[in-house]
Amino acid sequence: MEFPDDLKYSREHEWVLVEGDIATIGISAHAEKELGDVVFVELPAVGDTVSKDEAMGVVESVKAVSDIYSPISGTVTEINDDLPDNTELVNDDPYGDGWMVKIEMSDATDLDDLMDSEEYQQFIAEAE
Amino acid sequence: MSLRRTPLYDTHREAGARLVEFAGWEMPVQYDGIIAEHTMVRERAGLFDVSHMGQVEVRGTGAMERLQWMTANDVSAISDGHAQYNLLLRTDGGIVDDVIVYRHAQDRFLVCVNASNRETDVAHMQEHAGGAEVIDRSDELALLALQGPLATELLAQVAGRDLAAIPSFGFVESELAGRECLLARTGYTGEDGWEVYCPADSGPEIWALLLGRGEAHGVGPAGLGARDTLRLEAALPLYGHELDLDTSPYEARLGWVVHLDKGDFIAAEALARHEREGPRRRLVGIEVPKGGVPRQGYTVRSDGKDVGALTSGTKSPTLGKGIALGYVEPQVARVGTEVAIAIRSREVSARIVRLPFYRRSA
Repeated sequence: MEFPDDLKYSREHEWVLVEGDIATIGISAHAEKELGDVVFVELPAVGDTVSKDEAMGVVESVKAVSDIYSPISGTVTEINDDLPDNTELVNDDPYGDGWMVKIEMSDATDLDDLMDSEEYQQFIAEAE
Repeated sequence: MSLRRTPLYDTHREAGARLVEFAGWEMPVQYDGIIAEHTMVRERAGLFDVSHMGQVEVRGTGAMERLQWMTANDVSAISDGHAQYNLLLRTDGGIVDDVIVYRHAQDRFLVCVNASNRETDVAHMQEHAGGAEVIDRSDELALLALQGPLATELLAQVAGRDLAAIPSFGFVESELAGRECLLARTGYTGEDGWEVYCPADSGPEIWALLLGRGEAHGVGPAGLGARDTLRLEAALPLYGHELDLDTSPYEARLGWVVHLDKGDFIAAEALARHEREGPRRRLVGIEVPKGGVPRQGYTVRSDGKDVGALTSGTKSPTLGKGIALGYVEPQVARVGTEVAIAIRSREVSARIVRLPFYRRSA
């Protein structure tokens, strides 16, 4: 499993790519593997405000339902429109075409709670 | 309590299967992925380890008559070398288990039962066995299910005999890997296929033989995850979901199994009443085109009122939309009726549809 070094990771298994004040968010390869084949994705709408650690969407696999938590607070500026009709992208390319939302961050200090790749891999190893 | 393991446990570990708890057993839920395995079975074939299921032999004087007494279907209609879907019943018509009854001879039957009900079933059968013997053979047998359009040809090659003439629900005794096995043309996927009952210790070798033969044809192992989506598309009930002690066969679309004309049996009086009065609720198929995946426990609604609940649901890999089985009040049970399913905080449009959701082409 890959955990790119340029991303940050949450304890709820989302990844965050920070570019200026925009954060792109998806779920990690670990989360995608645990869920299995993703068959339904529900995302927030553009313009919605989201709060750190609150559910902003849902991802369902054949066997499980899981909330998508926002690792940061802010306003949704873009969502991955391809995802609802091509949910397999979450499994096939979790860090690329399987991205979920872009959020304009309202508080950059939210990022301080996130883990880097190494910390996240350790976090997963400890949880298992 | 520690989980039980089938004779194939090490094989699954080595294959990288994801193992989960099911009915007290540690079982493979998937190898490559549920959807890939599902599609493999529909298009080619897949091999399942279902050794967690129980096998109970009923033999001796009155074996046929005692089975006739404790079940819904007409056991006297089974000939040697044939099997029958049947229900073990309580006096009040409640379903103790749904089973397959294999007839070796008039005084020797093998009953395949659900893992979750094994102990209950054995106790129930012993209580009603009269002079017949009831012997739990589950620990002596492994059960492998080879299912899909290529299954008959592959199994025939491994068995070294033609199997095409064996009808659905027929079975033969045959050697595999030099061991005596029972090859039955039965299954739980909606495809043509076979279930292979073999001595427990021969399970891994026969598993490897079948996969070795199938590999070049894109046939591989399949887990309980795909087994569940396959059986649901075929609208085959699962005990604990569609069936339980509080369910009448008539509610569960299993009226065809009940033979009230076969003479007195354990639930004859109760089921005659059920038939006369008509079901209070009906098992139906429900399609959910979009808006989430229907799942067990979700409420069925009509005109703002609760009219039922789902017992199983998934996103159908074959049809690409949500499908579910559930019990609803009779007035909304007709095919074509528009209903709603409560998914999280929303009501999602759904429709009662004809069953099964999927039927293989002949």
